Amino acid sequence: MNDAVVAATPAPPMLRAEAVHKRYGRDEVLKGIDLQVGKGEVLCLIGPSGSGKSTFLRCINHLEKIDAGRIAVDGELLGYRQRGDRLHEMTERDVCRQRAAIGMVFQRFNLFAHMTALENIVEAPIRVKGEVKAEALGHARALLARVCLADKADAYPSRLSGGQQQRVAIARALAMRPKLMLFDEPTSALDPELVDEVLAVMRGLVDDGMTMVVVTHEMAFARDAGDRIAFMDAGVVVEQGPPQELLARPSHERTRAFLARLLGAPSRH
Amino acid sequence: MGPTRVVPLRRPWLWLSSAAVLALVVALAVSIWQNPHIDHAAIAQYQFAPAILKGLRLTIALALLAAVIGTVLGVVLAVMRLSQSPVLRLGSGLYTWLLRGTPLLVQILIWGNLALLFQHLGPFDTNAVLTPFVASVVALGLNEAAYMAEVVRAGILAVDRGQIDASLALGMSRSLAMRRIILPQAMRVIIPPAANQFVSLLKATSLVSVIAGGDLLTAAENISSANLKTIELMLVATFWYLAVTTVTGLGQYVLERRLARAGTGMLAP
Repeated sequence: MNDAVVAATPAPPMLRAEAVHKRYGRDEVLKGIDLQVGKGEVLCLIGPSGSGKSTFLRCINHLEKIDAGRIAVDGELLGYRQRGDRLHEMTERDVCRQRAAIGMVFQRFNLFAHMTALENIVEAPIRVKGEVKAEALGHARALLARVCLADKADAYPSRLSGGQQQRVAIARALAMRPKLMLFDEPTSALDPELVDEVLAVMRGLVDDGMTMVVVTHEMAFARDAGDRIAFMDAGVVVEQGPPQELLARPSHERTRAFLARLLGAPSRH
Repeated sequence: MGPTRVVPLRRPWLWLSSAAVLALVVALAVSIWQNPHIDHAAIAQYQFAPAILKGLRLTIALALLAAVIGTVLGVVLAVMRLSQSPVLRLGSGLYTWLLRGTPLLVQILIWGNLALLFQHLGPFDTNAVLTPFVASVVALGLNEAAYMAEVVRAGILAVDRGQIDASLALGMSRSLAMRRIILPQAMRVIIPPAANQFVSLLKATSLVSVIAGGDLLTAAENISSANLKTIELMLVATFWYLAVTTVTGLGQYVLERRLARAGTGMLAP
């Protein structure tokens, strides 16, 4: 590839994963994942449990090290620096800098239990990014208002419902002004009546043009909010495409079987 | 018709056994109080004697200094034990194995007589540096660290793994996450066994009488070897040990209450 061609290439995608492999001992969890997410795009990852969706998500911000392949976020290789044809592992400081730009929301919220909602949100902006306290507090209050929890600023996580905790967790991730947000089954641990308040916040982010990768079992969300759905099974991306198309006319038997089971339709044709 | 009355279950055995215990306690107190072989005047005379109070101050100083050394070193050893480096893990394991596996009395004797092994520590004369007091602090502190390491390690392991995931995902370094997120939450699990350790340590200070450490027991023994009122002086010492451990217990109570209030209330009574 010569320089002229490089200059003509459009801006790099927000996320590019190429042939990502991950093993736990002998167990190969990811068997070559290739995925791209453009800026402002929302990709929903679906698939049976154990298919590697969550592992892949954790690889994106280097919570798990990959065994082969490469992941680049916003054109920057993740966790490694390329010199010539070799990849050198990054220092912890550089990995932290990269992670700071990627927000992550967990299935079990993982709010810091010894801090109030507000303290949870300002902790990383102040300690990691070195933001001025007053500024960070102002931003945090705005974010709390945005997730409709302005009155819960001083509440400890144990005093909040699951849905409220997850909304604080989203605000905490947003406080770092991430360019990419990862959601790892954000509503799976919630009581059914609390799912919608979290999904509403996520839809708001979609409307604001946030780039998101969402591992989810919420098909309604994947259908209306996602730009694209990728179906994973047994460590590979079986197929991907626009939501309407993939959900209505899955081209693989495995996808059909999964969707049939999930949507409660008879799985045999 | 009034509301239905609730009649509590009668527990005659509970009352009977309580009465028996109370009777035993009273009998013991009376037998000590009226024992003709105990010189009550001597107890009154020595309870606040300057030599005893000096020994008491030294015992408290020994315990506090050793606790500080033990806690700081214990945290370091616990973090080493949980590190990714096998060498650090092994080093921490060896330390704990050696210092927990040998009697404290032996360790105190070795530190007290180190001059027999090394006449000089660097440019200094060993006996000038390792006075009985310093040798006592070092021996108690290093021994305490081996136990505190396990206490702290258990505390760290009790903190949910999701907390470190969330910290790293926000761009925190491992050490920042440890200081700000993990250790503060581990405290609630650490405090009760640590207070227990401190009470043990307070009593273990009595062992330094073998190297003329000048503690409370040494002071009491010095007096009793002159006037042969052994039991009286042991009762004097007993009173002070109980007084200090009681204060420690109160401190633990206050600390636990405060942590429970600031935290999630998970461990609150």
